[in-house]
Amino acid sequence: MKKIEAIIKPFKLEDVKEALSNIGVQGMTVYEVKGFGRQKGHTEIYRGSEYTVDFLPKLKLEIVLPDSGVEAAIEAITSAAKTGKIGDGKIFLLPVEQAWRIRTEECGDQAV
Amino acid sequence: MKLRHYISLLLAGLLAAGAALAADAPKEPTVEQRLADLEAYVNNGSRTADVAGKIAGPGPGHNGWMMTSSALVLFMTLPGLALFYGGLVRRKNVLSVLAQCLGIAGLVTVLWWAVGYSLVFAPGNSILGGLKFAFLRGVDGNPNTDYAGWVSQNVFSMYQMMFAIITPALIVGAIAERMKYAAVLLFVALWMFVIYFPLAHMIWGADGLMNGVWNAKAKIKSIDFAGGTVVHMSSGWSALILCLILGKRLGFGKTIMAPHSMVLCMVGTGMLWVGWYGFNAGSALAADGVASNAFMTTTLAAAVASMAWAVVEWIVRGKPSVLGFCSGVVAGLVVVTPACGFITATGAVIIGVLAGVIPFLACVKLKPLLGYDDALDTFGVHAVGGTLGALLTGFLATHDANANLAVNLKDVVGHTLWLHQLAAMGVTLAMALVGTVVIAYVVKFTVGLRPNAEEETQGLDVVDHGEEGYILE
Repeated sequence: MKKIEAIIKPFKLEDVKEALSNIGVQGMTVYEVKGFGRQKGHTEIYRGSEYTVDFLPKLKLEIVLPDSGVEAAIEAITSAAKTGKIGDGKIFLLPVEQAWRIRTEECGDQAV
Repeated sequence: MKLRHYISLLLAGLLAAGAALAADAPKEPTVEQRLADLEAYVNNGSRTADVAGKIAGPGPGHNGWMMTSSALVLFMTLPGLALFYGGLVRRKNVLSVLAQCLGIAGLVTVLWWAVGYSLVFAPGNSILGGLKFAFLRGVDGNPNTDYAGWVSQNVFSMYQMMFAIITPALIVGAIAERMKYAAVLLFVALWMFVIYFPLAHMIWGADGLMNGVWNAKAKIKSIDFAGGTVVHMSSGWSALILCLILGKRLGFGKTIMAPHSMVLCMVGTGMLWVGWYGFNAGSALAADGVASNAFMTTTLAAAVASMAWAVVEWIVRGKPSVLGFCSGVVAGLVVVTPACGFITATGAVIIGVLAGVIPFLACVKLKPLLGYDDALDTFGVHAVGGTLGALLTGFLATHDANANLAVNLKDVVGHTLWLHQLAAMGVTLAMALVGTVVIAYVVKFTVGLRPNAEEETQGLDVVDHGEEGYILE
């Protein structure tokens, strides 16, 4: 079982969600986050004052999957979130020890 | 021919008999006199003793417009200026700005009732009015013919009070986010006595030192239709001095101090523009041709300045900003204020262009160069704009736009008026600078000017008012 953490451009959320739905992914958690990487922030000017906004708004998706679904999910996210420009985001893959579904008390792959 | 002769003789006889009857009953005015009185009302002329008609007290049209204008000018402060400034500060200080505007409205109203109105508009010397109208004694529905023969004096006094409210409220912009609430109120109370009341009397008082339009004995024959010197120069220059004495906000130039809501700022700007019609067109004290001209020139200057500011931004920085449009609107309104009732449409467009460019340079180039923390650009817009407007009025005022300029200023307007304007500007500047230094140090050594570093960092909303502007859950 693995967890995918994907940082994407906010306007790509719908595309990514659709791509993941198409390959059978049934759920995800979305956070509004701020951060910076190679894509620097932008400058805002208010009359005589200039401010550099370093942290840009992004979305962070968390998806937990059985090992077998990981490859397809990563491909789906990559192709849906890609614009080819700097700032498209990143995907991290982490191991998950166990998962439980609270309602049915199922655990393991069936719980995700 | 002969018949006509007899008829005219007969008519003359009848008139003579009528006159004799009128002499027997002097309290009954003739139809001609009553008509002349009515014409004086419609033409906003003055009532004279020999034209006593049957109109008791004020003219309803004059009162209607002046009550509307009074409400419009109050609307400029509450909530216009409050939102314009409130949107430009950081979220943690939005309520402090609103509270300062509200507090000033209440404080100045009480001062105005007690002695303020009297010190400005009661007969006195050329510097300050007397105490005849203290506590608004005798200020009732009857007009004060020294100022407006057809406007109830109680309406006139409330109208002028709205100017007295917004003027110190303008100072709030320069010192935003870092002055104790008690210090703001004490400063404003003293400032009204030291600067506003004398200055307003000198410029607008019937016996004022610098009232060129109506005081034939004025030493300085300057003109100021709606308050370029009294309102904008005085507050703007005082704001600069106060913000220098106060010091910069903590973290100025290091942390982000961007406006927390440009939306509120724009909403406030729109309200200021609308309210300014009461301020400028209302300053005619009648709904006459002078007022309608001021209405037009005000509109032109505001619109042109807004475009000019945004276009300059577009050229210099590549983007026209909403704050640029808003700043241009306010700058245009400020610069046209002293001129609006004295200039033509062409004059207003010239003012609009200059108002979009020169205050822009003051806010965007001069401020970073000198490094003072005029938080919301009270100096850049109101002091620079008011100064520019007072001077331009000297060049652009013309009899064609306002026949009143031909009463006492026939040989001055179009010739040496600008020199008189410079003199009035010098007096205003000196009073604002010296007065503010003295008052600021009095406040500093009594209640203190600034909150401590922890309070300032936390934000004045919670520290001074125990509230938060936004609870978003």
